[in-house]
Amino acid sequence: MQYLKKYPKLFQWLFLLIVFFSLCFAIEVPETYKFIRGQAEFVKDPNQSVYFFLGKEVRYYAFDVFWRLPPLLGWLPIWINDSLFFLMNEWMPMEFWNEDTQEFKTRPLLLQISRNLTAFMTFLIELIREILLGGLETIVAFTSWDFIDAYPWLELPGLPWTIVAAGAAILSYKLSGKGLALFAGLTMIYISIFGQWKPSMQTLSFILVAAPLSFIFGLGLGIAAYKSKRVEKALYPILLVMQTMPQYAVLVPALVLFGVGDHAAVIITMVVAVPPMILLTILGLRAIPPEVIEAGRMSGCTNWQLMLKVLIPTARRDILIGVNQVIMVCFSMAVISAFIGAKGLGFNLLLALNQLNIGLALEAGLCISLIAILLDKMSLAWANKQTDYFGNLTFFQRNKNTIFFAASVLIGIVLAYIGTFIFKGSFNYLFEVPHNKGISTADFWNKGVDWIFDTFFVYIKAFNTWLIVDVLQPMRALYLRMPAVATLVLAVGAGYLIGGIRSALVVAALTLFIALSPWWDRALVTLYMATFGVIVSCLIGFTVGTLCFQNKKSAAFMLGVCDIFQTFPSFVYLIPVMMLFGITDTSVLIAVIVYATIPATRYTIEGLRSVPVGLHEAATMSGVNKFQRLTKIEFPLAFPHMMLGLNQTIVFALFMVIIGAFIGTEDLGQYILKALSDKNGAGIGLTLGICVAFIGLIFDNLIRTWVGKRKKHLGID
Amino acid sequence: MSETVIKCESVYKIFGQNAKKMLEEANGKVDAKTFQEKGCIVGVNNASFEVAKGEMLVVMGLSGSGKSTLLRCISRLTDATGGKIFIEGQDLLELNNKELIELRRSKMGMVFQSFALLPHKTVVENIAFPLQIKGTNTDDSINRAMEMVKLVGLDGRENYFPRELSGGQQQRVGIARSLAVEPDIWFLDEPFSALDPLIRKEMQDEFLRLQEKLQKTIMFITHDFDEALKLADRIAIMKDGIIEQLDTPANIVLNPATEYVRKFTEEVPREKVLIIEDVMDASSKDNLGDLKVSKDEIIENVAEKILTQEKLVGVVDSNNNIVGSIKPSKIIDTVFGGRKNGS
Repeated sequence: MQYLKKYPKLFQWLFLLIVFFSLCFAIEVPETYKFIRGQAEFVKDPNQSVYFFLGKEVRYYAFDVFWRLPPLLGWLPIWINDSLFFLMNEWMPMEFWNEDTQEFKTRPLLLQISRNLTAFMTFLIELIREILLGGLETIVAFTSWDFIDAYPWLELPGLPWTIVAAGAAILSYKLSGKGLALFAGLTMIYISIFGQWKPSMQTLSFILVAAPLSFIFGLGLGIAAYKSKRVEKALYPILLVMQTMPQYAVLVPALVLFGVGDHAAVIITMVVAVPPMILLTILGLRAIPPEVIEAGRMSGCTNWQLMLKVLIPTARRDILIGVNQVIMVCFSMAVISAFIGAKGLGFNLLLALNQLNIGLALEAGLCISLIAILLDKMSLAWANKQTDYFGNLTFFQRNKNTIFFAASVLIGIVLAYIGTFIFKGSFNYLFEVPHNKGISTADFWNKGVDWIFDTFFVYIKAFNTWLIVDVLQPMRALYLRMPAVATLVLAVGAGYLIGGIRSALVVAALTLFIALSPWWDRALVTLYMATFGVIVSCLIGFTVGTLCFQNKKSAAFMLGVCDIFQTFPSFVYLIPVMMLFGITDTSVLIAVIVYATIPATRYTIEGLRSVPVGLHEAATMSGVNKFQRLTKIEFPLAFPHMMLGLNQTIVFALFMVIIGAFIGTEDLGQYILKALSDKNGAGIGLTLGICVAFIGLIFDNLIRTWVGKRKKHLGID
Repeated sequence: MSETVIKCESVYKIFGQNAKKMLEEANGKVDAKTFQEKGCIVGVNNASFEVAKGEMLVVMGLSGSGKSTLLRCISRLTDATGGKIFIEGQDLLELNNKELIELRRSKMGMVFQSFALLPHKTVVENIAFPLQIKGTNTDDSINRAMEMVKLVGLDGRENYFPRELSGGQQQRVGIARSLAVEPDIWFLDEPFSALDPLIRKEMQDEFLRLQEKLQKTIMFITHDFDEALKLADRIAIMKDGIIEQLDTPANIVLNPATEYVRKFTEEVPREKVLIIEDVMDASSKDNLGDLKVSKDEIIENVAEKILTQEKLVGVVDSNNNIVGSIKPSKIIDTVFGGRKNGS
């Protein structure tokens, strides 16, 4: 009894678990239940039950209600699909002037908007692409084909790679200094001599459109939300869902709305990249001390000046993190949007992975990662740049970067011209190294992979088998064994114990949505893979973080490593694991673990760092040893922050599990991937995406509520 | 000297919903408690005063007394709920946004407790900021800012960032920034409260030196009574949004209006605050001894001399005309007597 009084929470949790397990054992597995069949596959089968809702037919396999809930939301994907179709093809037909046919044409409003938007995006991408690679289309857009036929010299030749490399190096030097300039130059040279120039520039042109647009929209909406509570309230739920929405899932509706190609990819990238930018903008603006704003006002700032010269620069730190996120997402999407026909490195990467040409994939992946890191560092340097008012500079000193660039343009052109004589009749390598004609180390890597496979096959195979047979399969079976009702009770109970009625209701609603969708079983598989990944990631992340924290240098080093790893597009993580483990669940899980370990490590170090120095000193004076200090003081205080890390780890893990569908899994991600090639897939893709987002949000809600309470209890911030 | 620069007529600031309506209904009798029950907090309660050109008015009060709110009403960082505020005869509350910005750009400067420097700008950029906002070109504003850097004694640190400076140095930047546009009116909101005692004293002396040179019209907010006595021409003591007493330092020390004010004055060493003029007898100018003292001397400086005299000591003004006299025993009364009976 006295224990009950001492630890009431513990007993409540124990009670919840007892209820959960007894429900699990009490509810039998129906004999007809088979995972593979799922519940609603939209294939007709005499064993299926049918119901009609709003004129939509929903077919499913009926089970005991306690075991699996019937898919009462099964009409939702069909309904979304039909509404989208209606909006695009029938809603609000209007007369629009058609330039080509010189007459008015009736078109639905949304279709017209979508066409105009895509035309605009295409124009932007083409413009940048033609500056970098040469071409005709922009000039044609302004004039006509006849005009070009009359003046054939108008065709843009594109910049020789030497000039772009020199330009990148000079710009980096101006922004930051020698180190970055060297990195920029080497990156560009690498890209060029490995024959990745064309796809890289295609990807770059895509990013140079998507990233600035995302930044502007994110900043603008963030400012709007900061200024008006109403805007914030309207945005908040969308932001929350988008934070945990897998990137695959948004591709599918984009296909319907914007078609296939780079333009659709840009728009969809913006949809994914804008939410974190908004959140960080709001966060940064909120954190500005009120006196700084008053100082700006008293200096006589107009509202515009206040925003541009005081608020945004003061909130710079968070806004920069936002920029970093935008760039990260853009590169990540540059690969993923290859699924909907975006050209560039991502497309090559997917192609190589599909052909199991690991070497080629590795080279393309390295290219993307290098450009990502370069752009990230350059944007950071640009934001931190300062002017020197007192340097008494000569004309040459002031304009030396321009002069150097002009000189390099000249030299580049001369070199390219000389190249036409050297490489007569073949490719002019001083102008552009064509794709697949550069140096390639792909063979080396492929042979290396083969060698590893031949040499360690037995061990890898043994490990693989052990993991799948003894760990993963039983774990999966356990998850699938959970009756729907028991899972609901567990989730709602946890919500109630952590955050009271409010949390319980939120969690119940989110869980019910998934349970009533046709993909509960698949969601359980997603959950099992994510859980496995999260557990291992946290074990590694917390251990590595704690060890690195013991020394200031190693902590800073580890944070730097996390920064770089985070810049890699998520898809790139699949390459090395496929090298080693081939196409198995193990590959996906290892990619999940590697990817999700980043936030776990980062938040552990940051959490431990945030423990006040005063407490360290107090502890030292009380005579604790290092281990006691860690367990008695640092861990309890850093724990809330580490839990936020857990939250991020879950989100990262879910993302990677879904991306892992590319390798071949049986979870929600696989269905999203299937929806991509289904002409009626938009509704399914979106609903599946929302399901994944809701899994993330359930944990997000529970963890955040707990952290908030705990922090209040400890009196931290 | 007597031209009025700032004039407040029963200014109210009440926070909360329906504040304006409640103020109208209260008919000029605002009681903090009844307002609080209805969910409103009274920040400033019926403040009326004037500040003359070149005068330094120190508003003194403990935290939550509404002193900063009053200052923000006068600089219109927040809008007063009721009452009128005139800046050089202009009705502040009637100004539209554009006129307000113009007023701030040309006439007002403000210094903040937490310095409120822009973290992304260097010292010289921070100081040049109000000028650049006004539209002054870069060269002129930087040159002007460099003059200000010299004025506050930060030469050689103009390219530092605020985070690289100590608190005292940061506040020097804050002061220089507020003076860069050569404002007539200077608001200082607890400018020295965040500084160490020694630095604070140094900054106060520096501030007096600056003011002697610049002769601005000043509203200075502080919670430190000693600071108020040291700097002020007149002091306004605030409690719960109400100005308890507004008078010269000497009169506050000699004649505290309320019990609350008296508590502050109890521990004040009078000989350091009062000057001879405050305690002399202006009616008797006869039977004087040989010693003459100036009426502007602080008592502490001449007490020893006066106490050695047996006769009345003559008090003279700057032209050496006799304006009154002082009995040696009066010094003893002032220093020791006043504390007990409070008169």
